[in-house]
Amino acid sequence: MFEDLRDLYQEVILDHGRKPRHGRRLAVFDAEAKGDNPMCGDRVTVFVRHEDAAIADVGFEARGCAISIASADLMAEAVVGKTAGEIADMTERFVQMARTGAPDDELPGLRPLAGVHEYPSRIKCATLPWMALRAALAGKGVASSE
Amino acid sequence: MNAITNPGLDIARIRADFPILSEKVRGKDLVFLDSAASAQKPRVVIDAMVHAMEHQYANVHRGLHWMSERTTEAYEDVRDGITRLINAPDRHHIVITRNSTEAMNLVAFSYGRGVMKPGQAVVISAMEHHANIVPWQMLRDAHGIELRIAPITDAGELDMAAYEALLQDRKVGLVSITHMSNVLGTYTPAERIIQVAHEYGARCMLDGSQSVVHRRIDVQALDVDFFAFTGHKLYGPTGIGALYAKRELLEAMPPMMGGGDMISSVSFERSTWAQVPHKFEAGTPAILEGIGLNAAIKYVEAIGYDAIAAHEAALTEHALARLSGIEGLTIYGSGQDRGGVVSFALEGAHAHDVATLLDRQGIAVRAGHHCAEPLMRRLGVDSTARASFGIYTTMEEIDVLAETLDRVRAFFT
Repeated sequence: MFEDLRDLYQEVILDHGRKPRHGRRLAVFDAEAKGDNPMCGDRVTVFVRHEDAAIADVGFEARGCAISIASADLMAEAVVGKTAGEIADMTERFVQMARTGAPDDELPGLRPLAGVHEYPSRIKCATLPWMALRAALAGKGVASSE
Repeated sequence: MNAITNPGLDIARIRADFPILSEKVRGKDLVFLDSAASAQKPRVVIDAMVHAMEHQYANVHRGLHWMSERTTEAYEDVRDGITRLINAPDRHHIVITRNSTEAMNLVAFSYGRGVMKPGQAVVISAMEHHANIVPWQMLRDAHGIELRIAPITDAGELDMAAYEALLQDRKVGLVSITHMSNVLGTYTPAERIIQVAHEYGARCMLDGSQSVVHRRIDVQALDVDFFAFTGHKLYGPTGIGALYAKRELLEAMPPMMGGGDMISSVSFERSTWAQVPHKFEAGTPAILEGIGLNAAIKYVEAIGYDAIAAHEAALTEHALARLSGIEGLTIYGSGQDRGGVVSFALEGAHAHDVATLLDRQGIAVRAGHHCAEPLMRRLGVDSTARASFGIYTTMEEIDVLAETLDRVRAFFT
């Protein structure tokens, strides 16, 4: 019945939405930021630990839909080892992919989320964790979903 | 879809009155279960507005020419329609607003700051829409008014004993409570709420945004002091609603906005206000929307509230029976007196994911906090999905919802 929704709810998204690997507050972290989507009530707090110039670990606490939790979890996997500059580039690419649906070869692990572009009200679910990560790296405590 | 339910309502004929109901969504028949957010419009409303624009339109209350006079008559007729609809004593009790939100803000501003005194209190309930929370917080912060919250029971009903206790020190100047919860579907015991408020010397406002859609309102029998509702949930256009208030209250309240149409005379030294209710209606009103709402009121009156209420009761009973049979589904609110708004959660699936899957089958429900975040906190949830019914909703649509929810659950587990 929902076969045509498999673009949006791919197995990897359902799996990470159900059992996020990084859905925890880090014991030690250097930065954190909250992301809040007031229209739907999704909330995420992202924790970041650095090692030299790169990110060593990311964890998050979230209340939200399968898309937002899977997106946060896949983001946590994708950004380890990256510098702030690389993450800024990835964030822009990810937002672009979520809006247009065009897969980005630079973001192989995040391609399952490209399906959200067909659901305008759900794009922010996918981008919210990235906005929170960006705020954490900028030393701001709060990100908005905009 | 076939008509069933009650003999007073010919659903097939009613559905034929709503052009949008024959639309397809994502290749499926539209199953519109979001009427509590905004209802669809019957042909008579659409035609009335188009007719005005094509044949009879000018500004109102000021032209001395034929078009303006005719348009003024057509527009002002909605005030009589509203007067009839809620059984107000006469048309001078009806202030036309943009929506319920503006009506309640008008009371919070004009009655709250103009008549209430710092140190007095306002009572609302734990199941209010943000429109009946935020204006009172603004009044509290600007004018030194205390805000008190009457709790609800686990069943989603107003805790009447706790409510009465809040009034006992006689500091409460105004009670403002929903007549029907937009999340739980609970009807509040309005007569008793108003009676208690009056016993302790407080005025009482009902937020009738949801209730006026399903039940006959009689503001005189209720003895309510203020009653707010909006047109777009009552099968009328957006941008028009109304505030009913007792005459002496309207007389005592200062205007909220200044401008044209609300004055008696203007000079640079001072201006004087028009008579009630016009002193609360600054600027060119929503003329076309007024004409549309008038058509909607006549449409609802022709069907009749007895048939509408019976249909809503049958749909609600059927929905509660069908949904409670779905494994892992929780329905929020189990009030004795409840109507056609059913909020629910499905175990293992977030409300937004549920709504997206239902949407793929052409089923429109709302998901989120329903502009009632404090109530969500009281219920211990971040969001719910909500199905809500209108006069055009069928039993078969509820069956489609239930069958699809069963599959949604399977999808996520």
